Amino acid sequence: MTEIYMPRLSDTMEEGVISSWAKNVGDKVASGDVLVEIETDKAVMEYEAYEDGYLVEQYVSAGDTVPIGAVIGFIGETPDAEAPDAEGAPAAPAQGSEQGAEQASEQAGEKPAETAPAAPAPAADGEGPARPRTSPLARRLAKEYGLDIDAIEGSGPKGRIVRADVEAARDRAASGAPAAAPAAAAAPAAAPAAQAGTEDPRGSEELKVSQMRKTIARRMVESKQQAPHFYLRRTIDAEPLKAFRAQINEQLADTGTKISFNDLIVKAAATTLKAHPEVNRSWEDGRLLQHHRVNVGVAVAIDEGLVVPVLHDTDTATLSDISARTRDLAGKARDGKLKPQDMSGGTFSVSNLGMFGIDSFSAVINTPESAILAVGAMKPTPVVHDGEVVARNTIALELSVDHRAVDGAVGAAFLKDLAEVLESPMRIIL
Amino acid sequence: MSVITYRQALRDTLRAEMLRDENVFVMGEEIGVFEGSYKITEGLLKEFGEKRVRDTPIAEEGFVGAAVGSAMLGLRPVVELMTINFSLIAIDQIVNHAAKIYGMFGGQTPVPMVIRTPGGGGQQLGATHSQNIELYYSFVPGLKVLAPSTPADAASMFRAAVRDDDPVLFLENLGLYNTKGEVPDGDESVAEIGRAKVTREGTDITLIGYSRMAMVAGQVAEQLAEQGISVEVVDLRSLRPLDRQTVVDSVRKTSCAVICEDDWLTYGIGAEIAASIQEGAFDYLDAPVRRVAMAEVPMPYAKPLETAALPSVESITTAVKETLDAVGRRVG
Repeated sequence: MTEIYMPRLSDTMEEGVISSWAKNVGDKVASGDVLVEIETDKAVMEYEAYEDGYLVEQYVSAGDTVPIGAVIGFIGETPDAEAPDAEGAPAAPAQGSEQGAEQASEQAGEKPAETAPAAPAPAADGEGPARPRTSPLARRLAKEYGLDIDAIEGSGPKGRIVRADVEAARDRAASGAPAAAPAAAAAPAAAPAAQAGTEDPRGSEELKVSQMRKTIARRMVESKQQAPHFYLRRTIDAEPLKAFRAQINEQLADTGTKISFNDLIVKAAATTLKAHPEVNRSWEDGRLLQHHRVNVGVAVAIDEGLVVPVLHDTDTATLSDISARTRDLAGKARDGKLKPQDMSGGTFSVSNLGMFGIDSFSAVINTPESAILAVGAMKPTPVVHDGEVVARNTIALELSVDHRAVDGAVGAAFLKDLAEVLESPMRIIL
Repeated sequence: MSVITYRQALRDTLRAEMLRDENVFVMGEEIGVFEGSYKITEGLLKEFGEKRVRDTPIAEEGFVGAAVGSAMLGLRPVVELMTINFSLIAIDQIVNHAAKIYGMFGGQTPVPMVIRTPGGGGQQLGATHSQNIELYYSFVPGLKVLAPSTPADAASMFRAAVRDDDPVLFLENLGLYNTKGEVPDGDESVAEIGRAKVTREGTDITLIGYSRMAMVAGQVAEQLAEQGISVEVVDLRSLRPLDRQTVVDSVRKTSCAVICEDDWLTYGIGAEIAASIQEGAFDYLDAPVRRVAMAEVPMPYAKPLETAALPSVESITTAVKETLDAVGRRVG
């Protein structure tokens, strides 16, 4: 008889969404069978059973979000084994019975001992582990006002959200003031959400926020708020790189492998990082970490958002290796099959928007990394070459750097070397 | 407008109904020569004679049965059961006969009878004479159960009970007989059966009671008003049929409720009211519905214990304050 808890599947995971149950209630389960698919902040992962038995309870339905440690299911020895009721199921099981008793005493007034068995209504709240306690009125009003009840802090008994809390949140949203509580989500300071009684002049509708979207929002705010960015720009002559790539791909023609410009840039960045370890660092919680491995992340846009799979030990990988692994990870990213380890451990990132014809851009650092390279489009540009103005293909590079860990001159020296490597591309593989 | 006791209002109305309709007669223990244990039939024997004011043996099943028979034949008996506790001896006549005959025999004859009977504790009458068992009758289709809390309601609802063609259990309360209230002079109004009444309007919380507890609820509201709390009081008045709508409308307005009842909590009248509230006002509730009821014990005889067992102004006030606290309205 075992409770199944929401596992921690990545370093940054705080909660998980039950993507789908692979076993139905009553199904026989063998150790190693996939029980449930869980969407974390990074990926959708299969979660396996650790013992044999029967899945007798699913406390959390597909699509619902619960924090790490919350009980999501129960495996019993027999299909009809008794599972603890949902009230007893949240992360701290002891709390369940306490809640029951409190409920009873609430109902029975001053004589809980005498009347407790009479009036318990144990599951009256009907609330699963992760749902906040709210009064029915508070729930209705939050819906009416267009507020996210999850973002409102409750002031009632055991944190119950009551009308007064919802009305306070509405007033905050209306005045545009930043909320004291996490209600901020419902009341962005700059753009107050649709308010009660007034039609949104933008004709807006609220969309469901995916875990990935939440993570992107949180991480980007963290990065921009905590990491003081500075930006270094340099345009490289891409003709040698173009010629080098053509030469390589000619050699590889029979293998089916095709090296992209991005593969070359990623490898060049790794080579240059090896030579500039002072950029391969992180400022984390007041500590400066020197990373001895060079792991370059590659930003991949997917339908739901953006992920940055990591090519571990990029400096020692061959170009064909980098090419194959990048393709594989990008494919997994699009299928939502990236595993946490595919996305953790990065020390530097490369983001390339060249395929959109973007000249250059300033990227947000993927903290705790210290720098990210933004790569623009390769395009013919009039340049001075050997004393003559000629049209040559160039690529604009822009390096965003976290000034806490890396100073201007250090970053500049790195970018200078990187540019030179890319302009003498044989150095990429030497 | 004159101020009279609940007892006086009942006596006057009973007499007036006997004057109005010669088919109305009264029956019960000690109601004639002794003029009733609680003096509701004072002077009636002298005025109406032995034919219409009939002392009975101590045999509740027998004389309630006789009343059922006479009602079937067209009379309008008003039976006094000395206390509701004694109705248990007659419960078969009430539940299996009075309540069923009209429906079971194809509507051939109604059973237009009234059983007047007081309930309530607080008089040191011991466990078997202090019960509030109106629930037993409120549960039964075919019966009507009225429970007025004021002299004016006692009068107008008693008129309605006598003139109704169904058997009515008319619940009085030992703790109410001496309470006073205004009754309009020359009032002939007949209450509509099955209507609760908002006896005090308020906005913060709904307090629900019936019979003695409606009176106590009024006292609680009065005291809390001085602390700036606006309590709405709903007097149920009729336990069957039950006016759910008035209760629900009030809770939709105030968003929280406390139910006061003199009977036991478990399965009590309050449980039915609470269920009705969640059904009709779920999305309006800001706090769990609270019930304040009698302790789940046979009523103790010792006065301090008896007092402790019954709901009081204090225990109801505490429940109200705790409920208001739960919705963010801190009360001193």
